Amino acid sequence: MAGVLIAISIVTFLLFAAIPGGNPANRLAGRLADPEEIHLIDVKYGFDKPIYVQYVKTMKNIFTGQAYSYQQGFNVLTEIEAGAPATFSLALGAGIIWLLTSIAVGTLAAIRAGKYTDRVLTVLAMTGVSMPPFFLGAVLIYFVGYKLNFLPIGNFVPISHSPWEWFKHLLMPWFTLSVLFIGFYSRVLRSTILDTINEDYVRTARAKGLSERQVLFRHILRNSLIPIMSLWGLDLAQVIGGGAILTETVYNLHGIGQLAATAIASLDIITLMAIVLLTAFFVVFLSALTDILYAFLDPRIRLS
Amino acid sequence: MSAAAPLLEVSELKVSFETEDGTVRAVDGVSFSVRAGEVVAIVGESGSGKSVTAMTLMGLTRGPNARFEGTATFEGRDLVSAPEDELRRIRGGDIAMVFQDPMSSLDPVYRIGAQIVEQIRAHDPEISKAAALDRAVELMERVGVPNARARLRSYPHEFSGGMRQRVMIAMALSCSPKLLIADEPTTALDVTIQAQILEELRQLRSETGAGIILVTHDLGVVADVADRVVVMYAGRVVEQGTLEELFYDPQHPYTWGLLGSITRVDSDRSKRLPAIPGTPPSLLRPPQGCHFRPRCPHAFEKCTEVPPLSAGIPAAPDHLDRCWLEPERKRKLRVVDGRIGLGKTSMSGKTSLSSLASSPGGELAGDP
Repeated sequence: MAGVLIAISIVTFLLFAAIPGGNPANRLAGRLADPEEIHLIDVKYGFDKPIYVQYVKTMKNIFTGQAYSYQQGFNVLTEIEAGAPATFSLALGAGIIWLLTSIAVGTLAAIRAGKYTDRVLTVLAMTGVSMPPFFLGAVLIYFVGYKLNFLPIGNFVPISHSPWEWFKHLLMPWFTLSVLFIGFYSRVLRSTILDTINEDYVRTARAKGLSERQVLFRHILRNSLIPIMSLWGLDLAQVIGGGAILTETVYNLHGIGQLAATAIASLDIITLMAIVLLTAFFVVFLSALTDILYAFLDPRIRLS
Repeated sequence: MSAAAPLLEVSELKVSFETEDGTVRAVDGVSFSVRAGEVVAIVGESGSGKSVTAMTLMGLTRGPNARFEGTATFEGRDLVSAPEDELRRIRGGDIAMVFQDPMSSLDPVYRIGAQIVEQIRAHDPEISKAAALDRAVELMERVGVPNARARLRSYPHEFSGGMRQRVMIAMALSCSPKLLIADEPTTALDVTIQAQILEELRQLRSETGAGIILVTHDLGVVADVADRVVVMYAGRVVEQGTLEELFYDPQHPYTWGLLGSITRVDSDRSKRLPAIPGTPPSLLRPPQGCHFRPRCPHAFEKCTEVPPLSAGIPAAPDHLDRCWLEPERKRKLRVVDGRIGLGKTSMSGKTSLSSLASSPGGELAGDP
């Protein structure tokens, strides 16, 4: 686990070192700086040192909470902390919405496979998958927020301030982010269910005299949810780690994703390193958690 | 099992499936009956319609592309036209089924006990969980699972194939069925386990008096447990009668071929095992007339018409076959053919039948 994180951080760091104009000294010095000035900055921040020295120093700063953005001067960890509530709220709410909705949609499409309902849902799912969040977000903000004035446009209100406002402000972001995943998940679930229906144990369940509802919920669905759950763990981890860059930016949530977007635009290496590490941490952590959940869902892989 | 009304009376059952390539007539006019306490074996190659017949009795072949004709009367109710709700109450209750592959027939994510209890409670919603669990223990002990109470907490993957098939049988027995349909119950198991499972079935019949339909392609199994035999070929019954009638006086050339292609303990090992030449016909476009005609060495002009299922021997009115040949001529051809598994010498005693039963590879050549 730690190995994965170290590897990811090294790759990210090298990537930034290789980008033309990646040297932060050029930026810090401003547009009209002469080589002398740049050299002074290089020495001051240690950019003239070998790359591995720079790497170790950067990592040390990040883990001791002493990492300051070269460009903006703020403490990166404080910024991430400030963005965390918005990102967590977005991720958890949307995660629950997209999981439950796609289970409902996927199941409905599967039991109506080939019929009218299935076709309509297929078209909707494809639309959802190919709908960019910035577009859907803009459309929603314009119609639901601005024209109809149903919901507040963007920004984040902490749940401690007002749970109701928190909820209202997040409704559109949740929806926007979920649409993408619902389309994909419901397709995956639909095909898993259609495979499971042909299993011998489903035939056994019918032969036992169970009702169609019992066969569907206890046997077909229970077995079909296993692959969906592992997908969910990884996707949720990405969003928690600031992966919902577009959604956060469109709704101006000031979360970790939006922080990442700004950092990318200004090649802010320290901020980016910290966010990449955070995302990687959540992915690794949640995939371990998913594995445990997996064993809970499927006794065959449980350790004896 | 004398003059009592049969438990199940299948009459002119036809099942066809609409596919992209046309209509598949999987079952084409099948009639037979099962009495209480009787084991009726349905024998045939893969694709002969034997499994479809069995599953149709349980309503398991129903679907948007399936068409049904004929009746299957079970205690005054027609299983073919019964509404799904009524059928569901019968399924797993009065009629239970054991499937071919015990490895995949149990749900991998539930404990054995939960799966048995589920069936008990589906037919008796009043029973408490604890009582249903006690009943499950009783059933497991009855089918010979040692340490039953503890084993109920196991998952299917922790059981061997034979043990799983016992669980399937225990599950089938949970609601004291009057009719048990066993679809190739021993095919996926090795020989010693096969014998044990067959013993369970035999015991079950004598203890509960249930009727059993045994679907199989294994004539060794048939000789071992069946009272009556129905031979199916390409969706039709070609011959049916008692076990003795079928094994000692087979009337249909297809049955001769089946009996001839069995390995036996006393057979000459240096000779090649005879097989029926050719392959079963496509059920999309079956041959005109007798379905066995293209593979039958004795086919003649009349065979382009479908022969009726009728009794050829006056002394055995229940021994029916579907062949145009005269009974006299059949007797001659059968001897000349020399293909019959039980030759003249062995026809006298019952020993050959039991030797057939105990032979491990008593399967039809050409059937997986």
